[in-house]
Amino acid sequence: MFELLNSHYNYFAVMLLLGIGLYMLIESRNLVKKVIGMNIFQTGIFLFFITLAFRTGGNPPIIKEGGSPYVSPLPHVLILTAIVVGVSLTAVALALIIRIYTEYGTLDEDKLKQLYYD
Amino acid sequence: MIEQLPVLLVVLPIVGGAIPLAASLVSDRAGWPVATVTLLGQAGLAGLLAWTVGTNGTVSYAVGGFAAPYGIELVVDGLSGAVALLVAVVSLGVLAYARQAGPHSGPFYGLYLLLVAGLTGMTVTGDVFNLYVFLEITGLAAYGLVASGRDASAAVAALKYLIIGTVGASLYLLGIGYLLAATGTLNMADLATKLGEMAAYDSTLVLTAFGLMVGGLTVKVALFPLHTWQPDAYANAPDTVSAFISALVSTVSAYALARLLFSVFTVEFLAAVPVARWALVGLACVSIIAGSALAVSQDSVQRMLAYSSVSQFGLVIAGFAIATPLAVVGATVHLLGHAVMKGGLFAATGIIERKTGATTVNGYAGMGSRVPVSAFAFAVLSLAMVGVPPAVGFVGKWYIVLGAVNTENWAVVTVLLASTLLTLAYFARLVERLYFAEATIHSKPDEAPVTDGSGQAVSFGMIAVVVIAAALAVALTAAVPAFEQVLRETLPPLLNQ
Repeated sequence: MFELLNSHYNYFAVMLLLGIGLYMLIESRNLVKKVIGMNIFQTGIFLFFITLAFRTGGNPPIIKEGGSPYVSPLPHVLILTAIVVGVSLTAVALALIIRIYTEYGTLDEDKLKQLYYD
Repeated sequence: MIEQLPVLLVVLPIVGGAIPLAASLVSDRAGWPVATVTLLGQAGLAGLLAWTVGTNGTVSYAVGGFAAPYGIELVVDGLSGAVALLVAVVSLGVLAYARQAGPHSGPFYGLYLLLVAGLTGMTVTGDVFNLYVFLEITGLAAYGLVASGRDASAAVAALKYLIIGTVGASLYLLGIGYLLAATGTLNMADLATKLGEMAAYDSTLVLTAFGLMVGGLTVKVALFPLHTWQPDAYANAPDTVSAFISALVSTVSAYALARLLFSVFTVEFLAAVPVARWALVGLACVSIIAGSALAVSQDSVQRMLAYSSVSQFGLVIAGFAIATPLAVVGATVHLLGHAVMKGGLFAATGIIERKTGATTVNGYAGMGSRVPVSAFAFAVLSLAMVGVPPAVGFVGKWYIVLGAVNTENWAVVTVLLASTLLTLAYFARLVERLYFAEATIHSKPDEAPVTDGSGQAVSFGMIAVVVIAAALAVALTAAVPAFEQVLRETLPPLLNQ
């Protein structure tokens, strides 16, 4: 068990981040904390991709004599794009939250539900 | 020129969308004309592309000159050509509606064109990660459009949509990670060949990837029980946006799901792993029943139409998952037909509300004589959705049922046939109120109006859109045989098993 933890700690971190993020997203009553949870959930996915690219003894993917094996550069590029997408989503979510707060004066989901359905 | 068409279809609306955004610093009046010119060009290019695909077969384009398995490839076959044309035509039609119905602002038209770019990108791409990027562009533009109503409840609906939609897209991204780990490629055609060779179809890795990607996309399609964002978003958005996103956003997501099933995982995967196929068929059947039951119990007409989408998309996904040639043709026809019919229905509710104030099922009583043209179009579209021949709704459902009969799975056939009765249950109620009931009230006083309050006038353009949608719902039936022929030619591995 300890060996598995030692050799695959990245994957445990991914699972933890995904779990914590999803739990916050569902369970927190505060809208801002929900968005933070969404970010943690996405970070877990980013870490998963970066972990995929790694190989033991691999070099940075700059082609030169005797450079192989290289780590895969592809997941890094994908995650760069996904981070940009994540930042835009957070920006839109926060803008919507500001709008909701100025209108209803609360960030609490339960109170908002009462106001929303009245 | 022809090879560059797919990428032009994506670039044109992005460039066009930047203009109203920049011009809004000076004046908000530039938005509509710029959007119209852009989308006229878009519709022309999409028509040319669809015609080329229909006569010469598949068109593909390597973005940036990087050849296929390494670079991003855009591929247009009969299926994606038809969906790209649908996106261009419907967005142009909704624009005629938006002229009067608003919202009248530069940023609105910027987002509108960005959404067209995202939807077209999802349609033409041949790369699973590129699909994720366009999925998120579509999502971002749709969240912004839903929130563009003046009422703050639109912002609440948009935030709900954003959070659920992002989880869906993130699950899809996680699924891409699993596929990349299994095969080391992201190109759809390359994935299709490598999936069987490098990783067994029933290995845990591939099954998890399938579950995550399909699960993520069903959130965007809004199948039960992942539909909870959808009724709020459709009912609280401005009428223009309801008509636009109800017609296209879920439709293109369902197309992406079909693309994933047939061009990435392929029919061999579905045959090798029956549990995956039947899980999807089961989910679709639950969605058909639950969506209809929820639709029957709604009081607000727009929410009823939203739940009706949950049920109809269940039907479409069931057709794709059954995956016999007939069922796939039927599901595609119903997918395209549903977009026209549901967009038209939402547009009609907007007109009826503006003219009479009626938003609820009871409020529609006796309105047939007060708004004769819109009410008639609404009735025609309703009956087309139920599947009364010769409307296009009938052809789609007929093919899906025939496909299910061929697989001899009678439980599914029963659900599919029952779905027609259930659809009748909620639409007949409305049509009956429209024409055969005494006018009771205009609208319930405690209900907030759904319009953005930008004037209650109804223009000729708005009514024309609804009438054309109703006419198309019947006339498209005539195009089905030709369309089936194109599908059979461009998707041979899929349809000639």
